[in-house]
Amino acid sequence: MKPKGITSYKKKEAIAAYAFLAPNFLGFLAFTSVPVLVSFIMAFTHWNIFRHPVWVGLENFRSLLWFHRENGSIVPNDPFFWQYVYNTVYLMAGIPVGMAGSLILALMMNQRLKGIIAFRTIYFLPTVCSGVALLILWKYLYNNDIGLINKSIRLVGSVVYANKASAIAVTFLGAALVGIAAIGVVGITLMFIHWLCEKTRLNWPEWLFRSTLIASGAVIFVLIGAYGREFYLAQSAFFANPPDWLGTVKWAKPSLIIMGLWGGLGGYNMILYLAALQGVPSSYYEAAEIDGAGPWQKFWAVTWPMISPTTFFILVMSIIGGFQGGFMVANVMTGGGPAGSTTTVEYYLYQTAFEKFNMGYACAIAWFLFGVILVMTLLTWKLGGRVVTYE
Amino acid sequence: MNRKDSRSDTRLPGTRSRALRPAVKIVLYFVLSAGAVTMLIPFLWMLCTSVKQPHEVFTAGGGIKFLPEHFFWRDTYFGGEKIRAWWRNYPDAWTEINFLRLYLNSIFVAVVGTFGQVLTSSMAAYAFARLTFPGRDKLFFGYLATMMIPGSVTMIPIFVIMKHLGWINTYQALIIPGLFSAYGTFMLRQFFMGLPTDLEDAAKIDGSGYIGIWSRVILPLSKPALATLTTFTFMGFWGSYMWPLVVTITEAPRTLPIGLRYFVGQHATNYTQLMAASVIALIPVLLLFIFNQRYFVEGIKLQGLKA
Repeated sequence: MKPKGITSYKKKEAIAAYAFLAPNFLGFLAFTSVPVLVSFIMAFTHWNIFRHPVWVGLENFRSLLWFHRENGSIVPNDPFFWQYVYNTVYLMAGIPVGMAGSLILALMMNQRLKGIIAFRTIYFLPTVCSGVALLILWKYLYNNDIGLINKSIRLVGSVVYANKASAIAVTFLGAALVGIAAIGVVGITLMFIHWLCEKTRLNWPEWLFRSTLIASGAVIFVLIGAYGREFYLAQSAFFANPPDWLGTVKWAKPSLIIMGLWGGLGGYNMILYLAALQGVPSSYYEAAEIDGAGPWQKFWAVTWPMISPTTFFILVMSIIGGFQGGFMVANVMTGGGPAGSTTTVEYYLYQTAFEKFNMGYACAIAWFLFGVILVMTLLTWKLGGRVVTYE
Repeated sequence: MNRKDSRSDTRLPGTRSRALRPAVKIVLYFVLSAGAVTMLIPFLWMLCTSVKQPHEVFTAGGGIKFLPEHFFWRDTYFGGEKIRAWWRNYPDAWTEINFLRLYLNSIFVAVVGTFGQVLTSSMAAYAFARLTFPGRDKLFFGYLATMMIPGSVTMIPIFVIMKHLGWINTYQALIIPGLFSAYGTFMLRQFFMGLPTDLEDAAKIDGSGYIGIWSRVILPLSKPALATLTTFTFMGFWGSYMWPLVVTITEAPRTLPIGLRYFVGQHATNYTQLMAASVIALIPVLLLFIFNQRYFVEGIKLQGLKA
């Protein structure tokens, strides 16, 4: 009679399991599975929710993604959409910079220093407070006339350009900073390429890497020197008349990136990096020290490969988040402007669905987003499998 | 000499073995402090603006004044002009924007939503982690797969469902679609998998049913994970913006971010009051963070474990 007992026991367990699952699963069906299917079907209809939906086949995708000929040139059917895709990708330029900043901050936080907890709390503050209130604050900070940022720039300018010596000093300082930043960008790019080459067993020797970096640094400083006068004029004009950050097409996106960097520097990514750094066994560093490695070599030989899964995770999540981002910022701060320069795909989707009530088209946009995210995730996964070191 | 080095467990793993040189220390402190000041100045500016007179904000020209010109406890006539007390902006903002209602709405939505989500997630996670039933792994894979779907894909159909149910502009619309989380289920399942089975077996021998094991063994053992999920879910509901914006029409069920957003729309240039309102809006999350800091950090680390 033993087998029967086991089956009845198993049956009982299965019934209990289904009972435990039921609330979550029913909700999952109602608010995830069914909506996904419905959304897919809706993407092939015209529907303004007040009338019955009309089946239009691929029409939505054709107007969203396709091109037509106009006066001999090829024009996208929905030029706005492509502008907004460009905006979304542009705004993601802050991701690598932010990741590098978070990693550097995490490396500093990982040192034995007194009061490090206080620093961590302060750097985490913008993440805790993120939301409408913080966006209102930043809109005020960026205000052309009364914002703190432009007030500070004007104040510094009026002090510094009052006499010749300090004007020259600040010109050199500015040039040096711009040069260092440019070299930093080149350096990080080179390091990344170098690292990729190493991982893919392509040979790119250390000396070539160093000499490329030094040569590009020299070129950058020669260029700055050659255009010294222009640099001086541009910098003094900037201090005398700082840009209207959120009000001009040229500066709106960089402003949002700067704001994002400020807010994200000590946030989730920094904590993740800190956890990853603390997970590196100290015996690895000791072994590297015995081999005579300096801090720089220790970082590249031990730390960087050991935290590569975290870097990879942050990168994937940031890309996924980046494509869906920008809604709250556009809605609270800029209204998507000026001239649509801060409208992201997500904000366009919202406008299409809930301002123009063009539900079918909005669903098509959503599926475009889903497709892009899927492809990007799979791509990074494929690439990541090759370059990420797991223990 | 090297004995000190071999006691590697006395220091944080990953930190350098030798103490930092004083010069390096000073540079580090300098860089960290400069960064900290950059982080704090916007908040300081917000606080200072919130206690200024409205006209003080608009003095264009060179100087930057953080402190307000006047700092009276009561409304005062000063040089023939009425100067309001410094704290005035706060009660003005409070009544203007009906903060009480917004707070209560936000708290209600976040508490009920969080409780529901943690409840359903922990039940489902228990089934996935500890019970065997036909189709378990396939179903779990289905849950995992949906975690990649962007919220905007499901948002429009859910809106249509809400409209058909007549739930637009109700609390149900704000709470119920958020009650069922694949992520919470996944996170708790991972945690439950790591729990030892001994206590569970003991409870079984004592005659506990499945509900007993779930509520008296699994849940008490998972307090850290539950606290973390609770904190994160609460923050998610509290900060949720797009969905409440879509499904609320009138002031009645509006949550804090939405109320603040409409306030901005109406008082775009009244910066002293806007800053006061922002401060009022930030206080609850700040308090939550101060008392729950550990769970914030733990939650982030847990998210990273997915990698």
